[in-house]
Amino acid sequence: MSPALALENIDCTFLSRDDLSQRYTAVRNTTLVVGEGEFVSVVGPTGCGKTTLLNVAAGLLAPSAGEVKIFGSLLAGINTHAGYMFQSEALMPWRNSIENVVAGLEFRRVPRSEALEQGNEWLKRVGLSGFGGRYPHQLSGGMRKRVALAQMFILKPQILLMDEPFSALDVQTRQLMENELLDLWSADRKSVVFITHDLEEAISLADRVVVLSAGPASHPIGDYAIDLPRPRDVAEIRLAPRFNEIHARIWRAMKEEVLKGYAQQQRQ
Amino acid sequence: MPSSKDNRERKGPLRIVAKGGNGKLRLRIYQVLVLALFIVLWHVLTSPTLLPPIYFSEASHAAFFFGEPLQVLGRLWRWFATGEIYEHLWVTLVETMLSFFIGTVFGVAFGLWLALSPTASAILDPYIKAINAMPRVILAPIFFVWFGLGIASKVALGVSLVFFIVFFNVYQGVREVSPVVLANARMLGASPRQLLRYVYVPSAMSWVFASLHNSVGLAFVGAVVGEYLGSAKGVGYLIHQAEGFFDMNTVVAGILLLTVFALLLDWIVGVAEKRLMVWQPRSVETERT
Repeated sequence: MSPALALENIDCTFLSRDDLSQRYTAVRNTTLVVGEGEFVSVVGPTGCGKTTLLNVAAGLLAPSAGEVKIFGSLLAGINTHAGYMFQSEALMPWRNSIENVVAGLEFRRVPRSEALEQGNEWLKRVGLSGFGGRYPHQLSGGMRKRVALAQMFILKPQILLMDEPFSALDVQTRQLMENELLDLWSADRKSVVFITHDLEEAISLADRVVVLSAGPASHPIGDYAIDLPRPRDVAEIRLAPRFNEIHARIWRAMKEEVLKGYAQQQRQ
Repeated sequence: MPSSKDNRERKGPLRIVAKGGNGKLRLRIYQVLVLALFIVLWHVLTSPTLLPPIYFSEASHAAFFFGEPLQVLGRLWRWFATGEIYEHLWVTLVETMLSFFIGTVFGVAFGLWLALSPTASAILDPYIKAINAMPRVILAPIFFVWFGLGIASKVALGVSLVFFIVFFNVYQGVREVSPVVLANARMLGASPRQLLRYVYVPSAMSWVFASLHNSVGLAFVGAVVGEYLGSAKGVGYLIHQAEGFFDMNTVVAGILLLTVFALLLDWIVGVAEKRLMVWQPRSVETERT
């Protein structure tokens, strides 16, 4: 059986628009395979091309070389099997919560009453029933993320692509959202690629953690299975001894890359 | 939609708002005082009988150059009392509204098209800059030749003024669409046409409304300048005629009338903006995070 998502030997080189001799290779020769129902976290120092990789998987960005396969078939254009949760605000500010949640159904021409019914159901599931009429600017950061979660889950994507979705939230809200994500995910295990720079977040959520090297030309340098039991509570699991063992092991491998990435930023 | 609970939670800002309300009233009073002071000064300085002439050699000269407020009011009153103004006002307003609507529709359509097709915009770029840089009021004689001395030539002039304001704003507005919102809509399955309808157009709307306030004024400019240069009806025509007789009071009355109606149209645009742009954060509404 083919994996849900397979990135094979991906290269991504950006050309400067003004000077074609200026090129930046964000990702080089990267292979990442995500099985069906598998939760994979990708960690790496800032600026290592994590988002680039996710955009390639989403079909928003065509790789310079390599292939993207979704359930075995070659990806061309937007990945219609995937839902994407962005790092920054991605809700349409001119639509209120319920209209944002049902946007995907509207694009698919689902009848209005059916879409609203599903939309309200999802708002309830993310704990926002009664907030359907609020516009994004009237919601808190955490609430906006909940709307974004509902907006993604309502389309029942088989692959979830998440780009540091909770990095802008405070620690408490963040843990709440992480637990909520695990709840929603465990209901009908989708494949997840969860990008983060926070190793603790990566370990507490995922089945597998992939470590990327510092950019440019970043590539995976480690792949660790996380054998922590589920269901998990992200706040409590961090206190488990096994968690600390895994954390120490991955951190040893990551540390050097983080320092490299830091040095690179200093030079710029 | 702040509920009563929200009000209780936000006592601080409310108190400031209450104080702000008082300040607003005081501001209005000062504004009216400025107007009153101006009119009184105008009256005192131009009335042939109140003061001996300060600058002019004869007492009636000041009134000749600047008009007299009471005479101006009298002129306005007679216009409406006899009903002779309605015909002219109607013509000017029709010209203004037509140029406003036609210019806006074309501006929005053209702005969307150019912003979404980079090739066309790259080719047309120098010509658009050239036409925009051109003082378009000088097109008026050409429009008279093309469309005659009736309403059409004035509308054409107004459209040429309004179009570019709206066009540039829509163009900018589409360019400023958040790339993340756009990518999100694409991931949610929006087709190119749906992107246009559900993302580009709503995002450009705030820019369009900003431009509409300018456009109302320019639509009036097109209508009045057109009438001024050649017509048999309209407020611009009345002003032009009065100037022929050195009747400064009528000229000023015409200007006042136009100002009031320009403000009125601007107010209507403002109301429409408030209704359609409910999603925009207002300054009075504190952002809850």
